[in-house]
Amino acid sequence: MQRWQQYAFFAVWLVLLASTPLWASNYIVRLAITIAMFTALTLSWNFIGGFAGYPSFSTAAFFGLGCYVGALSQRAGVPMVLAWAIATLFVGAFAAALGAIILRLRGHYFAIGSIGVVEVVRLLVSSWGSVTGGGDGLNLPLLSGGPNAVARIFLLAMILIMLAAFLTTVWVDRSRLGFGLRCIQQNEDAANMVGVNTTRYKIIAYTLSALFCGTVGASYASWTGYIDPTESFSILMSIKIPVMCLLGGPGTVLGAVIGTAAFTLLEEVFWVNFLDYNRAILGAVIVILIFFLPGGLLAISYRDIAGRVAKLSVWRKAPA
Amino acid sequence: MGQLQTLVNGIVLGGLYSCLAVGFSLVWGVLNVVNMLHGSLIVFGGYITYFAWHSYGIHPLLALPAVALLMYLLGYVMQLSMINRVVSQPVLTTMTLTFGLDLILYNFMTVYYSATPRRITLDLGALDLGGIAIPVDRLLGMLLALGLTGMLYLVMRRSRIGRAIVAVRMDSAAAALMGIKVDRIYAITFGIGALMAGATGVIFAMVYPVTTNLTGTYLGKAFVVCVIGGLGSVPGALVGGVVLGIIESFAGQAFGPQHALTVGFLLMLVLLVVRPTGLVGIKGYE
Repeated sequence: MQRWQQYAFFAVWLVLLASTPLWASNYIVRLAITIAMFTALTLSWNFIGGFAGYPSFSTAAFFGLGCYVGALSQRAGVPMVLAWAIATLFVGAFAAALGAIILRLRGHYFAIGSIGVVEVVRLLVSSWGSVTGGGDGLNLPLLSGGPNAVARIFLLAMILIMLAAFLTTVWVDRSRLGFGLRCIQQNEDAANMVGVNTTRYKIIAYTLSALFCGTVGASYASWTGYIDPTESFSILMSIKIPVMCLLGGPGTVLGAVIGTAAFTLLEEVFWVNFLDYNRAILGAVIVILIFFLPGGLLAISYRDIAGRVAKLSVWRKAPA
Repeated sequence: MGQLQTLVNGIVLGGLYSCLAVGFSLVWGVLNVVNMLHGSLIVFGGYITYFAWHSYGIHPLLALPAVALLMYLLGYVMQLSMINRVVSQPVLTTMTLTFGLDLILYNFMTVYYSATPRRITLDLGALDLGGIAIPVDRLLGMLLALGLTGMLYLVMRRSRIGRAIVAVRMDSAAAALMGIKVDRIYAITFGIGALMAGATGVIFAMVYPVTTNLTGTYLGKAFVVCVIGGLGSVPGALVGGVVLGIIESFAGQAFGPQHALTVGFLLMLVLLVVRPTGLVGIKGYE
């Protein structure tokens, strides 16, 4: 797909999601909010995991910290949107500091380290009961104005965050930074040798991958009105986000968007129809993805498939 | 006396942790695959043991060889049919694949057995050594764990298969040129990893409750032990396990048991950055 086609596709998708309150039920609107939220997370992960090729599983740590910083600020009397901004900045600073330490690791060690970060932050948050409420979680003031109005507000908020993440992706994709990150993905030592400041680039990518997670986390906390450590720092989320990105096509502009949409819709169908087996089905999706779609949905050459189908029909007609 | 009791508790716990991590460490070291299935395989072994004991009255010690063999076959087939196809691909791919398989196994275990904790109660009492109490079931578990780990060490040192595994771990291309079938060695190694997980499951079933809620905890312990001890070697897992056991035991006493796990993970993060080869690892082997 050409770049402009990808942008056009995203624009259509955004309008479709944003217009759901006009034509669909509350259930669909809620689904649209979820999709926008996960798309923002997946686009974020794409910076470090897709462009730079670092297997980061720390999304849940950033998301959870965003939830807690946002919730605590709001409880301290900070207005909602300002609380989101605080959460964003805090999580960004956290990721930059953390990145300076753990980005020295590579491969499996980085992966394990990033999982360890999720666990440590979760355990600290759940044991620091005096501030975070521990395992009981925290309640937040709900917005007034009825469920429909609230849903519209959060739909708009999530879509704006998604748009911001997408625009950042477009910028990274076209900039020197994106080029450098792709070099790191292909061969970090060689990139270093030809003058890419690998440490700086990696830290920037890692910070970018955290920023929007912080915003999303804080607005998620305001949306649901209740957070607890298990829900906020779920390791399953840390895995799901990369899977969504891999499903669409890592390191591309549109891959994260398509992957998230496909995955979330599939998951929704499975939740509704096979509640008991929804994890197994997620697992099966992963296995199929790894074996049959190594480059993601975007890498499938539709023209090739169409050509084959055409050939097949010609061949079938031939004997007659 | 209190300190000594904590130390003994830590060592007993450490023996169990070594057994838990040694299979995981071997797979990581030889195949370069982080086996996210490990925790579920342990719990799976535990379930088989529990139901053999509960339904047919088979003593866990008798069930151990059968479970180990079964898990070996499961691991061997899994590696040969699936993981071998992606074994040379980047970390993200292999980790995601094993995580996907983990989700499937986990889901089926939760559906068939439900997450209710079950426990084999052997009622062996406790040993009293000059004021230090050691529960016999734990002691037995530790001895079994150490015995199995020692056996694995001997297999790796003395047998042809063991030497072949070590050769593949050092340089798989060179090993292939020496006539070693690398794919088969990978499958055998993964089988051994699963075997050790199954055996750990049997031992843990005698000591801890069996529930799918613990798969993540076990996997986390395996990470920490591997990073502390260093990858892919039996002595590494042994040292890592015992160190983690002692640290958790003392941290639990000092800060309360809920913080024992946090201390372990923090230690792992620090060690990852400071000394990624682990305490007894060899440089260049990471």
